[in-house]
Amino acid sequence: MSTPENKLVLSKVSLPDKKVLRKHAALRYVWKHRYMYLMLVPAVIYYIIYHYVPMYGAVIAFKDFSITKGIMGSPWAGFEHFQYLFGLDKFWRVFWNTVQISLLRLVFGFPLPLIVALLLNEVRRQLFKRSIQTIIYLPHFISWVILGGLMVNLLALDSGAVNSMLHGIGIGPIGFMSDPTYFRGTLIGSMIWKEFGWGTVIYMAALAAVNPQLYEAAMMDGANRWQRMLHITLPGIKSTIIILLILRLGSMMEAGFEQILILYNPAVYSVSDIIDTYVYRIGVTEGQFSIAAAVGLFKSVINFTLLIIANRLARMTGEQGIY
Amino acid sequence: MHSRFYGSRLFDGFNVIILTLLGVITLYPFWDTLVVSLSPLDDNLSSAVHLFPRHFTLAAYDYIFGMKELWTSYGVTIFVTVVGTLISMLFTVLAAYPLSKSSLKGTRVIMFLFVFTMMFSGGIIPTYLVVKNTGLMNSVWALIIPTVIFTYNLILMRTFFQTIPESLEDSAKIDGCSDVGVLFRIVLPLSLPSLATITLFYAVARWNEYFNAIFYITDHDLWPLQLFLRGMLFQNEAAYMSGGESTFLLGPSVKMASVMAAALPILLLYPFFQKYFVKGAMLGAVKE
Repeated sequence: MSTPENKLVLSKVSLPDKKVLRKHAALRYVWKHRYMYLMLVPAVIYYIIYHYVPMYGAVIAFKDFSITKGIMGSPWAGFEHFQYLFGLDKFWRVFWNTVQISLLRLVFGFPLPLIVALLLNEVRRQLFKRSIQTIIYLPHFISWVILGGLMVNLLALDSGAVNSMLHGIGIGPIGFMSDPTYFRGTLIGSMIWKEFGWGTVIYMAALAAVNPQLYEAAMMDGANRWQRMLHITLPGIKSTIIILLILRLGSMMEAGFEQILILYNPAVYSVSDIIDTYVYRIGVTEGQFSIAAAVGLFKSVINFTLLIIANRLARMTGEQGIY
Repeated sequence: MHSRFYGSRLFDGFNVIILTLLGVITLYPFWDTLVVSLSPLDDNLSSAVHLFPRHFTLAAYDYIFGMKELWTSYGVTIFVTVVGTLISMLFTVLAAYPLSKSSLKGTRVIMFLFVFTMMFSGGIIPTYLVVKNTGLMNSVWALIIPTVIFTYNLILMRTFFQTIPESLEDSAKIDGCSDVGVLFRIVLPLSLPSLATITLFYAVARWNEYFNAIFYITDHDLWPLQLFLRGMLFQNEAAYMSGGESTFLLGPSVKMASVMAAALPILLLYPFFQKYFVKGAMLGAVKE
């Protein structure tokens, strides 16, 4: 019976059989865990529609997009929009504004929470420590609009508390909200005021995980407070510092869209118009979707590249990185 | 030995002073705003550092609470906060639970695809176009659906679920509980503090929501509280400067009363919910 032809036929038949079996195994696995997979469905749909479709939609940066023709129907434009942008003074101004404001935020905003956390960590009275910690991160939970209101009040030219005090020592009045010389300082200062407390809490949470026995052992060995801070506290939160730094570097192109959109005005555009506000104005307000999308894509690509580089650097120093 | 002791004491003294100053710097802007909102206009126009109202009046509050727009914006914000937070929690919990099982096939890939959206995005304009095409323009749902899951909150929730011992779930399954039953009867009751934390993260974000509203809501009747406040603070100035019709300027008392109307719910609840936020920070720190 088993002629060579038959064997050939048999093996031909058995091949798809195995496939079907394997398929069945996979199907059985999915069926067994069907409720688990069903639970994922709402999230998957959300991420597809509001994250992955926009990623595809970014191709309009390479098209002459018009709402009536849609993404597919609009004609290709290649790199035309990018060429146009790179030749535009305005574009480079918002680019450098973004980089400069972001660097200022990093330089002045990054060290402060760390310093405050180290200071708080030295406080022995628990009630005082907890009270200060609770007070300083309150501003993290108010909106930029409310903060804008507090600033309008505090920094008002004629009757604000800050200008009143400056007047007392013979300075001003200073247009913190309207003078291009001071506006960036106002942006950085208000950002720090709003966020340093929350940054401190994150470091305090990391510090709570440091083994107290290390401190006891160091004290027995005669280490003073400064030495304990340098050799136990700092190494204990080193990885938290590095991760926060990676995230910060990975978002160098984020200069505080929500903040600036509330606080800026045409008088200070020259020093505070950033990529995001520019995209908002030419895209949403003026309807130049393709050019605005090109600017946005340019920004996303830079952010992504910086994040990869920062993560590499962190790994090179022996840290875990974020992925 | 003695000098070291005194040095340490001196440092403690300075430390307390510096930290107290930071506390004052944090609280004073709120206090000053409250004082201005409770003072008559004339007092506010004279330049001074305000420690207490010289003359006490609720006139500014009378004025803003008489505005129909304030009440409609409260309505929008309360709806978005309550309904939005509930939907967000449902979506987040349902996704975080299966994703917390690394043995479940496919979850790693899906988790990567979710987290990837934190690293790379299509940008403001393509997202805006999607929201427009999904018919959410000028609908309160535009303030909820396009940001229904915060990936960071999803990661926190998943991290917490991973700390629940699997043996508890296994024994429930042996007793005939389905996966959904295990989640709702075993896992969630064990996760109440974390659920509270993440619920508060969402609720505060929804209360403070103004960003999506600027993009997607042009109809003033659907403005949330924060956009109403923005209008009170900045819009009439812009209209005034550009020589528009509205030449009526709101005084500082009324503006600051609006700020307080938007901030007070957060400020009053803050002492009660702040410990949950610290818990959130801890969850994040543990993850790393």
